[in-house]
Amino acid sequence: MAINSDVLVIGGGLAGLTSALKAAREGADVRLVSYKQSSLRHASGLVDLLGYTPDGEGPVTDPYAAMSDLHDAHPYQTVGTDTVREAMSMFDDVTDYRGDHTDTNALVPTHGGTVKPTARYPTGAAAGLASDDRDVLLIGLEAMVDFDAPHVAAHLEAAGVPFNVRGETIRFPGELQADAKITRYAKLLDNNGEVAVRGRKKGARDALAERVNTVREKEERVGFPAILGDAHTDAVRAALEEKIGADVFEVPMGPPSLPGLRLEDSLFEALDESGASFETGNPIVDFDADGDRIETVYIEKNGARIPNSADQYILATGGLVGKGIESDRENVHEPIFDCHIEHGEDRYDWFDGDVFGDHSFARFGVETDETLRPLTASDSVEFENLRAAGSVLGGYDFQAEKSGSGVSIATGYVAGENAAAEAR
Amino acid sequence: MSDAQSPTDFDPVEPNTGHDFEPVDVFPDSNDFDLRPGADSCFKCSVCDTNCPVAEVDDDFPGPKFQGPEQWRLKQSDDDYEIDDSVMSCSNCMRCDNACPSGVPLSQMHNTARGEYVEEQMDKLSIEYIRNRILANYRTSATIASKVPGLANWGMNFGPARWLMEKTLGVTKEREFPEFASETFRDWWAARGGADASRRNAQQSRERMGLDRDADKKVAYFHGCYSNYNSPNVGQAMVRVFEHYGYEVVAPEQKCSGTPMFANGMLKDARRHAEVNVSSMSDLVDQGYDAIASCTSCSMALRQEYPELFDIDGIEKVASNTFESLEYLRIHEDIKEDIQETDVSGELAEEFAYHAPCHARNQGLERQSVELFRDLDGVGIEDVGESCSGISGTYGWKEEKYEKSMEIGEEMFEHMEHAEGDVGMTECPTCASQMEHGTGYEIRHPLELLEAALVK
Repeated sequence: MAINSDVLVIGGGLAGLTSALKAAREGADVRLVSYKQSSLRHASGLVDLLGYTPDGEGPVTDPYAAMSDLHDAHPYQTVGTDTVREAMSMFDDVTDYRGDHTDTNALVPTHGGTVKPTARYPTGAAAGLASDDRDVLLIGLEAMVDFDAPHVAAHLEAAGVPFNVRGETIRFPGELQADAKITRYAKLLDNNGEVAVRGRKKGARDALAERVNTVREKEERVGFPAILGDAHTDAVRAALEEKIGADVFEVPMGPPSLPGLRLEDSLFEALDESGASFETGNPIVDFDADGDRIETVYIEKNGARIPNSADQYILATGGLVGKGIESDRENVHEPIFDCHIEHGEDRYDWFDGDVFGDHSFARFGVETDETLRPLTASDSVEFENLRAAGSVLGGYDFQAEKSGSGVSIATGYVAGENAAAEAR
Repeated sequence: MSDAQSPTDFDPVEPNTGHDFEPVDVFPDSNDFDLRPGADSCFKCSVCDTNCPVAEVDDDFPGPKFQGPEQWRLKQSDDDYEIDDSVMSCSNCMRCDNACPSGVPLSQMHNTARGEYVEEQMDKLSIEYIRNRILANYRTSATIASKVPGLANWGMNFGPARWLMEKTLGVTKEREFPEFASETFRDWWAARGGADASRRNAQQSRERMGLDRDADKKVAYFHGCYSNYNSPNVGQAMVRVFEHYGYEVVAPEQKCSGTPMFANGMLKDARRHAEVNVSSMSDLVDQGYDAIASCTSCSMALRQEYPELFDIDGIEKVASNTFESLEYLRIHEDIKEDIQETDVSGELAEEFAYHAPCHARNQGLERQSVELFRDLDGVGIEDVGESCSGISGTYGWKEEKYEKSMEIGEEMFEHMEHAEGDVGMTECPTCASQMEHGTGYEIRHPLELLEAALVK
């Protein structure tokens, strides 16, 4: 016996969640299993499609227009631009992200003081867009070394943003420890919890706004590191806007990231509503196949092997960072099904000497047919009931192109759709 | 050009040819667990910290990344390093394990550090030590109390006595002690005819199911303390549901799983109990039994904490053959289909506000009750979210932790109140008591609903 479903999705990142959601919406009985919590909490929470061409040109203004110029092996070419649009509209349907009113990339300031081209952004980042010409005040927090507001402001000015930007560092009100977690700030603001300011108790939102008001001049927008609440982030932002008298936005941060966490929550909520089942916490370590069909995969829990069977499987385990692809000194391999990954024999060919050079490891991943089934070295299908989505796919460098989210959403959508169709 | 390609005189085959060197003793004490690979795997992404329910509310708690890999490194580089006393504020919810993308064994590090702190740094005559030892050894108090349940139920919740306990021992007076049952699970089990009766019931079910009368379906029930002394109805439901599916049940000799002992750094106590549990369970595993727990903290202890913390003969075998009750049926029976084809009426035809215990999460069990019972006619079930309930076994019983415990639980209470209906559901007995304490709801166990649905 085994735990059964029509479609089993392996991986809980953006690609896995999208494919599970699509397959469930198509009527399949879907189960998603993820070794650890979703990688989305490591992500900025921005959703990009294509920010730069593979040749490094950009920022790209219209990502859809630029897709048709990509090389044939690029995942966007495999699924086609129209399908990317469909997939993005499903994403828009289940989140409250902005940016869907136009094909043009938005320019969002980052915590490093750069400007990132992105197709979608959380509502909380909307007032911060670099295309807006209103002046900006950035607020840093003394204990939060990840966001040095004056430094970020200087970088943004050097990048030529069309507004004046100034950074101020304040102390977060209350007696927080120097190494307070982002969730501590968020929880205090979510609950408007009491903090002590000069011996008097105040709500954290009011106390924070008052400190900002002592340093704000005439700026019409005020940016904070992304700590403005978790469950009640819209209410936190609204309260601060009212008390400060300016628009408030969050600047996306590095890991761990609250915008990533919020995106994770809204996608899992949508998955729950679609009727799919899911679990996290333990890895898939083995599988049984009958010829070129996968019959069962095994989840390992402290030595126990829990069989999970499905008609169709989707591999959305991530790339080199997500451990969907592993490497050692001799080999690059995909650890669950050992799908073929094309790579040079000499490991010195895997990278370029220049840090920002053209690294071939960045494009390592499985190659697929047009329905996203992984291919062997001789271009035959690895397994007839296995599809791959997201960064486990090869042929593109999402870091350089700024295409990670879009490829995950588009290929997840197609893998989910095809798997559900086959499972019927 | 890359530096890696530039020629050096470093020879990887014989790296120290011609040089004298001091060998570094990487494993100074062979009885200690070597946690270095785990510490080395940590790249300080801090995602574990975002999972910590205590760090969200406690401004003195530095979080799991510090408690685990960072403290471990400090300890290795400085012989005089003492474990930071903040490790006693970790509630051992173990949520950080599930967060780490690099597989750092965070809770193992915390348990090890806490054990060392209690053993070597804590004053054994301090009120805190005595209080923690009493709380951790709940089984001892429960054994005594269950001899005179009526008196115990009255005395343990007698106002002046509770005031005195808070003042002298630091056990909060805000909570009501769990009620002791008039008949323990084991008394019920023995009076019912023990394993022989269970075999007969299982054989009848097998005949009904069209299976071989002597089919090899047998499980050893690890009921733990709570199902024995406080909620024998859960244990009884487990027995009836498993017998319904043709399993013969045995209830072997057992002690506390150790969960409250791990959380209080009482590793010697935990080991003493674990030795009994592993010994009786491993014999049964050899005879073809699987170990089944109805409490997710008990199954967590047998599966993960035992092999991570102790080296006892048979421990790995027990870990790899232990399952949570519902999980086991999901693997081996068509329980999903059976649930879809039946319905529940009467006392349990309710809307349930379900809370997944933290210890269910690492076992991948946080969704199974919701996903199973949402297909059951006659009932509704709603997941009240990811928040920890805040009690974490003995944590919320400590006077100085009570308010933090309620602050952690606030999100769950709110979601429970927003959910339809006013009956709660969870697998964990201490989460259940926190749910009841925060909302006044009656709390049921999934096995009780399963029994109502399947065993007519």
